[in-house]
Amino acid sequence: MIKSSSWLTILGILPLLGAVLISALPKKSELNAKRIALVTTLVIAALTVAMATQFQRDNVDMQFVVSRSWIPSLGINFALGVDGIALVLILLSTLLAPIVVLAGWNEATGGRWSVKTFYILLLILETMMIGVFAATDVFLFYVFFEAMLVPVYFLIGGFGTGARSAAAVKFLLYSLFGGLLMLASIIALYVISGEQGGPTFDIGALSQLQMSSTTQNFLFLGFFIAFAIKAPLWPFHTWLPDAADAATPGTSVLLLGVLDKVGTFGMIRYSLALFPEASKTFTPVILVLAVISIIYGAFMAIGQTDFKRLIAYTSVSHFGFITMGIFAMTSQGISGATLYMFNHGFSTGALFLIAGWMAARRGSSKIGDFGGLQRVTPVMAWVFFFAGMSSLALPGLSTFVSEFLVLVGTYTRYPVAAVIGAFGIVLAALYILIPIQRSLHGPTTPGNESLTDLNVREKIAIAPVVAIILVLGFYPSPLLNVINPAAQHTITKAGFSDPLPTISAKVGK
Amino acid sequence: MLTFTAPTLSYFLLSPILVVLGGALLGVFAEAVLSRESRPSAQLTITLSTLVLALVQVWRIRDESSLSAAMGSVAIDGPAVLLQASVLILAIFSVFLIADQGSFTAMAAAIPGSPEEKESLQRGEKLTEVYPLTLFAVAGMLLFPVATDLLTLFVALEVLSLPLYLMAGLSRRRRLLSQEAALKYFLLGAFSSAFFLFGAAFLYGYSGGLTLSSIYDAVIGGTANSVFLLIGISFLSVGLLFKVGAVPFHAWTPDVYQGAPTPVTAFMAAATKVAAFGAMLRIFYTAFANAYWDWRPFLTVIAIITMAFGSLVAIAQRDIKRMLAYSSIAHAGFLITGVLALNKAGLDATIFYLFAYGIATVGTFGIVTLVRDSSGEVTDLNRWAGLGKRSPFIATAFATFLLAFAGIPLTSGFIGKFTIFSAAYEGGNKGVVVVGVLSSAIAAYFYIRVIVLMFFTDPEEDGTVVVIPSVLTRITIIATFAITIFLGVFPTPLLNFITSMATFIR
Repeated sequence: MIKSSSWLTILGILPLLGAVLISALPKKSELNAKRIALVTTLVIAALTVAMATQFQRDNVDMQFVVSRSWIPSLGINFALGVDGIALVLILLSTLLAPIVVLAGWNEATGGRWSVKTFYILLLILETMMIGVFAATDVFLFYVFFEAMLVPVYFLIGGFGTGARSAAAVKFLLYSLFGGLLMLASIIALYVISGEQGGPTFDIGALSQLQMSSTTQNFLFLGFFIAFAIKAPLWPFHTWLPDAADAATPGTSVLLLGVLDKVGTFGMIRYSLALFPEASKTFTPVILVLAVISIIYGAFMAIGQTDFKRLIAYTSVSHFGFITMGIFAMTSQGISGATLYMFNHGFSTGALFLIAGWMAARRGSSKIGDFGGLQRVTPVMAWVFFFAGMSSLALPGLSTFVSEFLVLVGTYTRYPVAAVIGAFGIVLAALYILIPIQRSLHGPTTPGNESLTDLNVREKIAIAPVVAIILVLGFYPSPLLNVINPAAQHTITKAGFSDPLPTISAKVGK
Repeated sequence: MLTFTAPTLSYFLLSPILVVLGGALLGVFAEAVLSRESRPSAQLTITLSTLVLALVQVWRIRDESSLSAAMGSVAIDGPAVLLQASVLILAIFSVFLIADQGSFTAMAAAIPGSPEEKESLQRGEKLTEVYPLTLFAVAGMLLFPVATDLLTLFVALEVLSLPLYLMAGLSRRRRLLSQEAALKYFLLGAFSSAFFLFGAAFLYGYSGGLTLSSIYDAVIGGTANSVFLLIGISFLSVGLLFKVGAVPFHAWTPDVYQGAPTPVTAFMAAATKVAAFGAMLRIFYTAFANAYWDWRPFLTVIAIITMAFGSLVAIAQRDIKRMLAYSSIAHAGFLITGVLALNKAGLDATIFYLFAYGIATVGTFGIVTLVRDSSGEVTDLNRWAGLGKRSPFIATAFATFLLAFAGIPLTSGFIGKFTIFSAAYEGGNKGVVVVGVLSSAIAAYFYIRVIVLMFFTDPEEDGTVVVIPSVLTRITIIATFAITIFLGVFPTPLLNFITSMATFIR
C-alpha cells in the first residue's frame, strides 16, 4: 500500500518518468510515444481515483501531506497536500489527461517538432498541473504556476494552427505579467512573515499574519490580477480566444479545462484564505467584473463565426459564474464554484474535442461551413448536441447542479448579481442552440456529404466524458461530499458565515 | 627628520591578486621570448593555470578576516572572498571563450583594410597579447572590491579598465566599429574616472582621511562639512555607476558590447559587473552606511530609471548583442536595488545575483560566438530565426539563459530576483520592488521574442550556421547551462555559503 504522504509525490513524478521514457525512444517511433503517454496518463488517473478513495471526507485539514525542506535559507518547503477542493481539481486534471491523449491521437503530427516532443511536453504539463493544485507552500505554488507556462507555450506555438506563435506569445506575456505581480505580493508576504516570527511560505502560517488593511489590499490585488488573467475574467480575457483558436484541440481542452482553473482555484486557496479582509473590500468590484464576464462572454459567443472561438467565449462566461460563486462568500457558492470547475472541464472539454474532430474532417472550424451533420455523422452530431446541452446547463446534467448551487449561493448574499448573472443562462441557450441548429440540423450543405462519423478510438475517448456528465447530473453527492467540508472550512477560516435564509426571520414575526 | 616606515604586507592575504599580476607579467615575458607558433598554447596555459592557482589561493584565505593586509588599504573578509572567487570563475570561463581565436584580429596594430592586415591574416597569425591583458584586468577586478581606501580603489579601477579599453578594439570583423567602440569606452571611461577622482578628493576633504573607515567615522561624528560629503558621494557614485552601466551613464554599453569581440564582451559583461558592484557594495555598506539619507533617494531614482529604460529600449533592438547590452543595463538596475536594500539580505542577494547573472551571461555570449556565416558572427536577430531547428541543444541552452534573465522559476535568475527584491522590500523600498517586477514583465517580452524567433520561425537559407564549438567553448556552454539550472533548483548550498560568509568588516 502506498503511504499517505507519498501519494502526491508519486502522482507528480509518474508523468515525468513517462516523459523520460518517451525521450529515450528512437526518433521515428511515434506510435510507441503515444502508447507510453496513454498508459502513463491512464495509470495516473487510476492512481488518483485510488487516492481519492482514501480521502477522509470529514477531515477539513490538508491530507496526504508531505513536507520537505527545499531552500531552508529562505524558509521554502517542498510541501504538498490536498483538501477537498484541490483533490477534485487534481482528479479533473488526471482524468482529462488520458482522454486528451486518446482523443487527439493524431493531432501532434504536422507540428513544428516531432510527435515525441508533443507527448513529452504534455506529460511535463501534467506534473505541473498536479503540483500547482497540490502545493501548500506559496513559493512552490508560484514555481508551478510560472513553470507550467513553458510547456503550454511550446504546445501552442509548436503544434497549433494559424497564428500559433502570436497566440502563444500573447498567452505567455499575459500570464507572466500577472505572475510577476503575484511575485511582488509573495515577496511582501515573505518579508512580513519574516518580521512576525520567521520567514515562511506555508499557507497556514501566512493566513495568520497581521497586516494593515492597506497592505492587505495591495497584496490582494497582486494575487487577484494574476488569477483574473489566468481564469480569465473580463477585461483580462483577450488572450484566451486567440490561444484556444490556435492550439490543438487537446491542448485547448487542458488550457480551458485545467489551466484556467488554476486562477479560480487560486482565488479560493490564496485570495480568500490569505486576505479575507481585502477580499471583502473588493467583493463588489469583483462581482461586477464577474457579472460583466458572464454577460459579455455570452454575447461575444453569440457573435462568433468559429467554433473554437465560440467555445472560448462561452468559457469566459462560465468563469464569470465561477468567480461570482467564489466571491459570494457562502459555502454553497464555493461548493458550487468548485463543482462548476470540475464539470466545466468535462463539458467544455467535450465541446472542444468534438469541434476539433469536426474541424479535422472538414478542414475548417467555421460554423458556416457545416450543415446537416446529423444525417452524415449522427454519432458525432449527437455527442456534440449532448455536450452543448451540458454547456447550457440542462437539468439532469452535471453542469446544472453546479450552476444552480452558484446562483443559490450568490443569491443569499448578493441577489442583484445573481439575478443579472442568471440572464447568462438564457444567453447560453442562444449561443449553444443557434450554432447547433446551423451545423447539425437541416439539410446537409455542400462539402459535408462525405464526412465520416466517429471511429472506435474517438468513441472510447468521449464515452467517459459523457458518462461523467450524466452520472454527476443525477448523483453529484460523491463529489459534493468531498467539496462541501472544504468549502465550509474555507468560509469559516476567512471569518465569514452563511447568511441565514431571510424567510425564516419573516416567519418568526 | 622624515622617518620612513616600510609597509607591512600580508602576502598570504594578497596572494590571489599577486598571483594574477605575476601571471600577467609572465605572459608579457612569454610574448617577448616565445616563437609565434608556440605562443597561443603557452599563453593559454599560463593564463588558465594562473587563474586556477589564484582561485585556490582565494579558497585558502576564505576564513580570514583582516583589514591589515596592506596597511589598511585592502580588506579581506567574507564578501571579498566571494567576489574574488566569482571574478576568477567567470574569468576562467571567459578565457575558454577567448581561446577560440576566431573573434580576434590577427594584428591589432594594423590599420583596417591595410596590406599588413591582409598579410597577417594570410599568415594565420594568432593574437596572443589578449591573454596578459585579460590577466591585468582580472587583477584590477580582484583588487577593486577589496580596496578600502580611495586611492587603492582608483588604482584598481584603472588597472581593470585600461586593458578592457584595448581588448574592446580587437575584433577581427567590423574592425572600425570595434575600434570606435574602444575609443568611446576609453573616452567615457576616462571621464568617469575623473569624476571618481573628483569625488574622492571631496571625500578626503570631508573626512580628512582616505580610508573607508575614516569616512564612516566622519559620518558618525557628524561635525564635518556635509556638503563635501554630498558632492563626494555624488561624484564617486557617477564613476561607479558608469562602470556598471546604469542610466544615465550607460551610453557606452550598447556600442561597446556590440563592437567588442564577443568573448571580450562576455568577460566584460560578467566579471566587470561583479567587480564594480562588489566595490559599490563595500563603499555604500561600509563608508556611507550611516549617510543613507543622503544617497538612497537619488540611487532609488537611478535604479528605477535604469530598470525601466533598459527593459523598454531593449524591445527596439534588432541586434542580439545590443539587445543583451540593454538587458544588462536593466540587470544593473535590479542589482542597484540590492545595494539600496542596505541590509544583510541585500548583500547576500546581490552577491548571489552577480554570480548567477555572470554565469548566464558568459554562457549567452558563448553561444553568440557560435552563430556565424561566411563573414563571421551573425548578430542580426532576424537571422537567428529557426535556430531551434538548426541546433536544438544550442537553442535550448540559449533559451534557458534568456529565461534565467527573465527570472522564470527553476532557473538561477528567479532565485536571484526573488532574493534581491525581497531584500529591497525588507529594506523598506516597496516602490522599487513594484517597478522592478513590472520591468521584469517588460523584459520578458524581448527575451521571449528571441525564443519565438529561434523555435517558431522557419530558418532561411542565408548561410547562417551554428558552428561546432571547440572543446573549451563547449565546456563553457555546458557548465554555465548546468550551473544556471542547478542554482534554480538547488540554490541552498550557495545561498547558505554566501549567508555564512558575507559580512563586511570595517
